[in-house]
Amino acid sequence: MKPFAGALAETPTRSLPGTLLRGFRGFAAYFRGVMGADAYGKYLEHHEASGHPAAPMTEGQFWRDRMDRQDSNPQGRCC
Amino acid sequence: MGTQPNAKGTESAQSHVLELDPELPPPAVDDAVREAEERRWTPGKVALWVAISLLGAVAWFMVALVRGETVNAIWFVFAAVCTYLIGYRFYSKVIERYLLKPDDRRATPAEYKADGKDYVRTDRNVLFGHHFAAIAGAGPLVGPIIAAQMGYLPGTIWIIIGVVLAGAVQDYLVMFFSMRRGGRSLGQMAREELGVIGGTAALVATLLIMIIIVAILALVVVNALGESPWGVLSVGMTIPIALFMGVYLRFIRPGKVMEVSIIGFVLLMAAIIGGGMVASTEWGASFFHLDKTTIAWGIIAYGFVAAILPVWLLLAPRDYLSTFMKIGVIVMLALAIIVVRPEITVPAFSEFAGREQGPVFSGALFPFLFVTIACGALSGFHALISSGTTPKLIEKERQARFIGYGGMLMESFVAIMALVAAISIDRGIYFAMNAPAALTGGTVETAAQWVNSLGLTGVNLAPSDLAETARNVGEPSIVSRSGGAPTLAVGLAHIMQQFIGGTSMMAFWYHFAIMFEALFILTAVDAGTRVARFMLQDSIGNFVPKFKDTSWRPGAWICTAVMVGAWGAVLLMGVTDPLGGINTLFPLFGIANQLLAAIALAVCMAIAAKQGSFKFLWIVGAPLAFAAVVTITASFHKIFSPVPAVGYFANNAAFAKALADGKTSFGTAKTAAAMEAVVRNTMVQGVLSVVFVVLSIIVIIAAIVATLKAFRNGGGHNHEDTPRPSRVFAPSGLFPTAAERELAAAWANVPAAKRLDRAGHH
Repeated sequence: MKPFAGALAETPTRSLPGTLLRGFRGFAAYFRGVMGADAYGKYLEHHEASGHPAAPMTEGQFWRDRMDRQDSNPQGRCC
Repeated sequence: MGTQPNAKGTESAQSHVLELDPELPPPAVDDAVREAEERRWTPGKVALWVAISLLGAVAWFMVALVRGETVNAIWFVFAAVCTYLIGYRFYSKVIERYLLKPDDRRATPAEYKADGKDYVRTDRNVLFGHHFAAIAGAGPLVGPIIAAQMGYLPGTIWIIIGVVLAGAVQDYLVMFFSMRRGGRSLGQMAREELGVIGGTAALVATLLIMIIIVAILALVVVNALGESPWGVLSVGMTIPIALFMGVYLRFIRPGKVMEVSIIGFVLLMAAIIGGGMVASTEWGASFFHLDKTTIAWGIIAYGFVAAILPVWLLLAPRDYLSTFMKIGVIVMLALAIIVVRPEITVPAFSEFAGREQGPVFSGALFPFLFVTIACGALSGFHALISSGTTPKLIEKERQARFIGYGGMLMESFVAIMALVAAISIDRGIYFAMNAPAALTGGTVETAAQWVNSLGLTGVNLAPSDLAETARNVGEPSIVSRSGGAPTLAVGLAHIMQQFIGGTSMMAFWYHFAIMFEALFILTAVDAGTRVARFMLQDSIGNFVPKFKDTSWRPGAWICTAVMVGAWGAVLLMGVTDPLGGINTLFPLFGIANQLLAAIALAVCMAIAAKQGSFKFLWIVGAPLAFAAVVTITASFHKIFSPVPAVGYFANNAAFAKALADGKTSFGTAKTAAAMEAVVRNTMVQGVLSVVFVVLSIIVIIAAIVATLKAFRNGGGHNHEDTPRPSRVFAPSGLFPTAAERELAAAWANVPAAKRLDRAGHH
């Protein structure tokens, strides 16, 4: 939901290096989101929130499943 | 994973009354508060929009009306950005308020169908980037370059005005309607809204259009790599790099997407540098010096293998690499143009603006400029992305304006930057690069002589200019490197070397540009083949049920082979065409893309009419009418024009007659075999034009019938999913408003466990 929140919370505030670091981390978190690198984290979040009794998939299982589902649900890329 | 709403959820939704949870803060800013906020014009706000309008007006004045020797590229940037801001703030707001009427109290599919995988609420800014990366590719980088034949102004006006009134409107509408329908695809919506005939025509047209688009994108790559050892080697290396990334992600470090993308990027840079070293050796130059036909066969074989390999091995890692490069390259290009601010010497309207037979593409300004620039102004292909994928990720209904309309404005900006890059190079070099070898003769001497014979004002090209540019960019030759990509690469190298590295870096920047264009295109080719294969399997499955099973290998392989065979045939036709390939086929690409846009807009019009929004139907009707008129006129020119350079059948008849007269050379075809090829190619191209236009007219008529029926009945059947109350809140635009911030703060205090509607889950 809030991809930057975690990254921003830990960094020191109000110093130039601190601000730069925050900016960089914010950008990195944004870029991760755009690339879809945070998909597993979001899946875990959903799994926990939905209160599903079974254990969630491991990271390896999740990515395997994600790729294999793309095999039968291809997503277009534009020109 | 137990995410379908249960019977209880459906029952409460069927009452059509959104019963919000009283224990939660409201999921939307109160309408009255939002309205008041929107309508309150503080002095600061007024001053800001006056300043934007003034800057935009000055920029348009500099670009369009001042006729000095040169115009600075920065004015293009200002004209574009100010117009986009005004269009976004005012026009898209009109569409939102009067036509679409989003309701943030309704849950989006990402909320009510949430499964943590395909349906996931995504931060609006992240989704903006994600959607942009999915819609933008090589298209906006190629069309504006080819259209620069007519001067910079027609293309600039169409890209900027077209996107505000047509392209972004289409993307926004399709995304919104798909979101209201649980993320359904354009094809599904067409079947629902237009009935069997309209829906089937839309499906067949989409399939054929995808074939043409993939074929011509592949042709752009072939033209860029033909006789370029460095290009072949560095682009070829992307395959092993992607395979390595795929294995790494699957077995070594699953899920480390950023890590593997950075590794892939470093390897890619190494491939460009290494490619230059190998290509400069004698054996490297001879071994990787491939003619276009060989490369075309290579891409066809690659396309087949890539479409049947599992996604994780090649397609997914290539997609990561492509997205990574896309964001980086576009940020870099924008920075370079703003820092370098090149002076443009190209005239606003060139000598070819008033003629029908330009060397780069043939046909008059109206309608052919409007089909040559498709991506960046109005691209029908986007309707396939805006429906289906992105709507499943939107968090709140009001965000569709930012993501759909705003995302397309970004693509338009990419097209403007590509145009600037293309017109920043010398005009003589531009024509020498983009005219077919049949005209330039293929050598620097003949090319310079031909360019000078065109009588273009201010153009005096020496053979040494062409030779020197080729040397600077590390290529054996730049004569007749048509297709747009090499011209963009030269333009980009020209701008970037002033930014970083100087002349010695030009060769690197050139091949960097070729590399990313090839990467975008090959990603689109892979994904397009796969999507088309599934569409074909689904269609055949209606007659032979076995084909519906997508995991049935023979079916998958047969359908893949059919699709690759179809675009491969068009590709080979373009590569071996004695008339030059790109200049005869590129209009077909644009026509196909715009016809798809017309189909998408037609579906949107039917939906809007069924909602009863007749007063504001012109928002859809105007771009639909324009797209329909442009593409149908262009198709009619291609089918009926008596001018052989324009009409496919006129050309066919001319060559057939010459053959019948026993001639062995005619026009640019030097042998009888070449003449026979022209007869064959023009017939195929002509028949394709006829099929496209007929199918599209059927869809448009079906949509008009549906619209009129809705008008008589005062509305029609609503195919939206039943509304469900939302239990989340997020701001709608880039910057949250005061009221949105306040509400977000209230939501931040709600314990996470309370936000979830547990009744809706198993």
